[in-house]
Amino acid sequence: MSAVTVESHGQVVVFPSREEYLEVVKSLVDEGYTACSDLTGVDYLTHGGRELPDGIGAERFEVVVNLLDMQQRRRIRVRVQVPAEEPSLPTLFDLYPGTEAMEREVFDMFGIAFEGHPDLTRILMPEDWDGHPLRKDYEIGAIPVQFKGANA
Amino acid sequence: MVDVSERPYLRFQRNTDEGDQQLKPRSEVTAAELLREVGAVLRMSEAEAAELGGIPDDPDDDQTMIINMGPQHPSTHGVLRLMLELRGEEVLRCKPIIGYLHTGMEKTGEQLTYVQGGTNVTRMDYLSPFANELVFSMATEKLLGIDGDIPERATWIRMLMAELNRMSSHLLFMATNGMDIGAVSMMIYGWREREEVLRFFQEVSGLRMNHNYIRPGGVAADLPPGWRDGVLRLLDLIPPRLDEYDILMTGQPIWRERLQGVGVITPTEAIALGATGPILRSTGVEWDLRRDQPYLRYDDLEFDVVVGSYGDAFDRYAIRLAEIRESMRLVRQILEAMPPGDYRIQDKKVTPPPRARIDESMEALIHHFKLFTEGFKVPEGETYVAIEGPRGELGCYIVSDGSANPYRIHMRDPSFVNIQCLPHMMRGGLVADAVAIISSVDPVLGGVDR
Repeated sequence: MSAVTVESHGQVVVFPSREEYLEVVKSLVDEGYTACSDLTGVDYLTHGGRELPDGIGAERFEVVVNLLDMQQRRRIRVRVQVPAEEPSLPTLFDLYPGTEAMEREVFDMFGIAFEGHPDLTRILMPEDWDGHPLRKDYEIGAIPVQFKGANA
Repeated sequence: MVDVSERPYLRFQRNTDEGDQQLKPRSEVTAAELLREVGAVLRMSEAEAAELGGIPDDPDDDQTMIINMGPQHPSTHGVLRLMLELRGEEVLRCKPIIGYLHTGMEKTGEQLTYVQGGTNVTRMDYLSPFANELVFSMATEKLLGIDGDIPERATWIRMLMAELNRMSSHLLFMATNGMDIGAVSMMIYGWREREEVLRFFQEVSGLRMNHNYIRPGGVAADLPPGWRDGVLRLLDLIPPRLDEYDILMTGQPIWRERLQGVGVITPTEAIALGATGPILRSTGVEWDLRRDQPYLRYDDLEFDVVVGSYGDAFDRYAIRLAEIRESMRLVRQILEAMPPGDYRIQDKKVTPPPRARIDESMEALIHHFKLFTEGFKVPEGETYVAIEGPRGELGCYIVSDGSANPYRIHMRDPSFVNIQCLPHMMRGGLVADAVAIISSVDPVLGGVDR
């Protein structure tokens, strides 16, 4: 596995590149990480600068996947950088069907598209909502209240 | 800082309308889409897929219909909406549509300091407030690097409250499950017992729900005088009531008929779908974070991880009933082992000065004021902490940028993930069983939507 592995607060973290992402997760499945407990996103737009291992170029978005190995009772975290210009990643649905809702949530909240996802639609916000609320440049209180089907 | 007036997200506008959230009629979906929709990867065997494929696609000859169940339905536990495709009484497809209770609590969490954060997370899964506060506090302490210095008494108080919370949550499940299946008097009984537990919560934290009692650094206040009597009263009161539940439900032929073999899920499916808690354990997988990745002082306590064998709704009911008894066993041990000492860490950074000091010391007053207006700064970093909540793995992922507010706070709520099991459990079942299945998953929509 070529991706960089570091430790953060006693937890193992892997930093694959976007191209390696699917391969790395696949090899982790083979290593015994049979469950995906969490998948979420972070928008680092206004972050002052985070610590990343050498060779990992910081991008605006990050998708964070927490995997679980129930046999050996260990966890691992995969952090993958996603550029703002092309916010997309391959889906993990085929490896962990349970990521379906989580990837939809990340898509809904951050606008990161998961290629190959069976049903990439908004999950928490209404389907005709504009913008992605958890992005750091999403203006709180400055957007018009959106109502579906209202006669404006 | 980036100019927010730029609104660069407008560039991704095309992403914002990817399609309907709703279940499409069968005539509008291709076979491939249909397979993916129900999860060709795992959730459906080839034989089943072939059988589904045999249903006529011709809209005029369509024998199926799509109906909405919810969002306002007494048995959907909040505002869960299910779209069901039915052929007669049989459920062919099911899609949960959520978000009706979404209030952007993760976004709100970014605006609140770590001191205020507890009031926000405790409202997410409102039936297990202590578990939410606990996991948030543990994640914050890990980032602060003080997770090893929490006083013993605080740790044991946390365990006591977490276990009592598991009891109150499962007691409410008993009530709602009974009501959904038609044992309506059970609703009153379950609520009655839960209220007794909440009464104890009120004595300790001042509130029945949404306590903000467990805070980074310890707990908000020491246990009140006479707390032992309060706990002992519960331990005397609840076991005979649970025996009554056994008579009323567990041994009842009607009850068993309604639940056994309903909503079956296999261990492989449960793990693949990320299900945790009683759902996973009902399939026979022994997985309980309290035992398998111990936190607090659970490794010092003796308890059994209750598992089922069929993965059906009855197993999930029986596991929760047994877990109430296991939690009482734990509470009994905690009662004996409760150490004396401090209930919060004496670290000036996170702990406000005692009330009496504020009256006599200017520094204490300033310190108190600054702590509650500005909060405390947490070093830059990120961490994921998971505990065993009443519904399964409750996780908290916090990213800190070194300021007093979390840069990003994400709660991995067990209900959100568990709800994905619904389409799988329901397929091929009856509409009447759908209610039993929703109930057996025990989702809390406040946690699902956050």
